[in-house]
Amino acid sequence: MIVTKNLQKSFGTNLVLKGIDQTIEKGEKVVIIGPSGSGKSTFLRCLNLLETPTGGEIWFEDTKITDPACDINKIRQKMGMVFQQFNLFPHLTVLENITLAPVQLKLQTPEEAKENARKLLARIGLSEKADTYPAMLSGGQKQRIAIVRSLAMNPDVMLFDEPTSALDPEMVGEVLELMKDLANEGMTMVVVTHEMGFAREVGTRVLFMDEGKIIEENEPAEFFANPKHPRLQEFLAKVL
Amino acid sequence: MEFFEKIIGHFYTALIAQDRYLLILEGLKNTLIMTVCAVVIGIAIGVLIAVIKYFAEGNRKLWILDKICLIYTSVIRGTPVMVQLLILATVVLVGVREMIIVAIIGFGINSGAYVSEVIRSGINAVDKGQEEAGRSLGLNRVETMRLIIMPQAIKNILPALGNEFIVLLKETSIAGYIAVHDLTKSGEIIKNNTYDGTSLFIVAGIYLVLVVVIAKILRNFERRLRKSDRN
Repeated sequence: MIVTKNLQKSFGTNLVLKGIDQTIEKGEKVVIIGPSGSGKSTFLRCLNLLETPTGGEIWFEDTKITDPACDINKIRQKMGMVFQQFNLFPHLTVLENITLAPVQLKLQTPEEAKENARKLLARIGLSEKADTYPAMLSGGQKQRIAIVRSLAMNPDVMLFDEPTSALDPEMVGEVLELMKDLANEGMTMVVVTHEMGFAREVGTRVLFMDEGKIIEENEPAEFFANPKHPRLQEFLAKVL
Repeated sequence: MEFFEKIIGHFYTALIAQDRYLLILEGLKNTLIMTVCAVVIGIAIGVLIAVIKYFAEGNRKLWILDKICLIYTSVIRGTPVMVQLLILATVVLVGVREMIIVAIIGFGINSGAYVSEVIRSGINAVDKGQEEAGRSLGLNRVETMRLIIMPQAIKNILPALGNEFIVLLKETSIAGYIAVHDLTKSGEIIKNNTYDGTSLFIVAGIYLVLVVVIAKILRNFERRLRKSDRN
């Protein structure tokens, strides 16, 4: 579904991604962990070109999206993204947050979009918040709404950039719960996170990044039980 | 008592005698027309420039437009508005008979340069994540700007835009130099006819009342905005 070939990204002279070759298949739940500054967020943000790669290729469902002729806006409609800071639109109500893109991009009529949004809100138990503004919500509620805002576009893959890092500890659970549900429904997911429990339980594959490279990857049980690279052993010893 | 009678006498001569208040009202009308029109033009130009500068940052093909905007803002902010007005009236728009139109264009162009900086700071104050969220949903840059960034930017800078209105209200007092019959000019005409400066105090009082009232309205408005932010 997503293929990267020798993906590189530098900011000025600082090489952040040093050639990443990855193939993410449909239905996979890829969890990326690593120390801060390792390039994991940059890698994720390259996948929908929020960061423009400085080298290599990215393919999404047989389209080379690093090609300048590619209409990235069309591609992004199929790739949902969830941010650490939620990034709900503060000037719009919860319902408007969810319906804005599908209606503007003429994927749904306003009525369809509203109905769809209400269903999504019901699913996360926030139906009564439809007409309130984001400033009145808790962090966990904001993030869950940000997730369903992406879902309203019916994406083929969801990218999560440290979705629980800005949350109060007691609100982490509700967001992870929703992500787990999504995973169980078969959504393809790429998740950058520090939640090792989530990686172990939900991930189908875990990648460890350090200094711009993926230095180890494995299915979660093996990944956590038998880390091979010394850098990963050291990292896991600190965080587990 | 004599003192008050004297003052009333002055006011009578300046306002009532020969229906001079009509002159003041005419001037006030022109001042308000100039201010409102110039603010509207200024905001239109300001938004345009700020948006061009914003898009030019991410697109090198727009560098010519960016340079034009830079020259415009530097020239306008680097020269006195009086000089700009005289150049417009006597050189550029010399064919235009209605001097109030020349004044509106002049003040509008002048205000646009200042407003563009205000709007630009408003756009920059919107969190970068807002643009990323819009783009990640598949909206293009223009849609993201129009639907997500601009509404928040405008809200940020409404107080500053209100202030621009107050500045322009006072600045239009030089329009008399290009023969626009504004409020200040009315005062001057009456002073010359009556050999008495009372009319100038009346004019000053009208400006002051206008500014105080507008400032009060703005403050209330700002407070309402802040309240909606807190919730």
